[in-house]
Amino acid sequence: MEAARERRRAGIRRGLPFGIAVFAISLSFGVLARPLMGSLAPIVMSIFVFSGSAQFGALAVLTAGGSTGAAIAAAVLLNARYLAMGLALAPSLLGRPLSRAAFALTTVDASWAAASRGDGTFDPWYMVGVSIPQYTGWVLGTIVGVFVGPRLGDPNALGLDALFPAFFVALLFEEARGRRRLAAAGGGAGIALVLTPLVPAGLPILAAAAAAVAASRMRS
Amino acid sequence: MTGVWVTVAVLALATAVLRLAGPLTVGGRPLPARALIIVELLASALLAALVMVETFGKGRSLTLDARALGVAFAAVALWRRAPMTVVVVGAAVVTAVARLLT
Repeated sequence: MEAARERRRAGIRRGLPFGIAVFAISLSFGVLARPLMGSLAPIVMSIFVFSGSAQFGALAVLTAGGSTGAAIAAAVLLNARYLAMGLALAPSLLGRPLSRAAFALTTVDASWAAASRGDGTFDPWYMVGVSIPQYTGWVLGTIVGVFVGPRLGDPNALGLDALFPAFFVALLFEEARGRRRLAAAGGGAGIALVLTPLVPAGLPILAAAAAAVAASRMRS
Repeated sequence: MTGVWVTVAVLALATAVLRLAGPLTVGGRPLPARALIIVELLASALLAALVMVETFGKGRSLTLDARALGVAFAAVALWRRAPMTVVVVGAAVVTAVARLLT
């Protein structure tokens, strides 16, 4: 147990800079979500979803006038990577299903990557540690954003609408490594640009999933 | 407003299922290799699509405005290994200044 606490502490230290960045990002999520979602829903979302790409993705589709179904579908596809991350993580989680589930629920991109030992195994307590400052930053940032948002005036005058794509570029920069992933990204970008003038909001983003299917046929 | 709460509830549930599926079913059947590759590639494809729609989209049309400068700043900052906070806050500042000047 002592070793577990030590690993968790080491993880928390590693996660602190992520926590600060995440605070700034979720603050902007709170500011941008408030006019559309009210003040409670964005906070509840951050507490229970705890995923930047899904939350910004869903908000982006809703803000563009897309349907609830399109927003949900886009966010679920964005989070489908958790399925692959969970399958990789599974052999490193020991114990009863309830404890395995508790570890699994703390999975976020930065923690999962930080906890990887590089040999296919993961350090579960370290992952929990890295997630703690990020979860704290994510929820607190959303609360602050929701409440300071209305005092900031026009979000567009502050350039907050550029935060969405900038955040996605940052995630993409981490994600799109290697030939197949770059091809999926290029294809997804092309599909979205071509379809935006043609079909209702939200659908161009869903259609980009076809690029992932096409790129999966490439050799890695 | 109902749509908003449905979105929140379904996403909370779906994200938990996606996080739990692997760790709770191991020992059962793993995904076929090809499906696993597609799952891994989905994030890249959708993130790139979101970047395009959020940078150039304006309703059902494409446009070039101050957001593109902000996103260009973000890309350069990432390439120069700037921290995430600098990347996103800088993108907003560049966009705001560009709007102020035009």
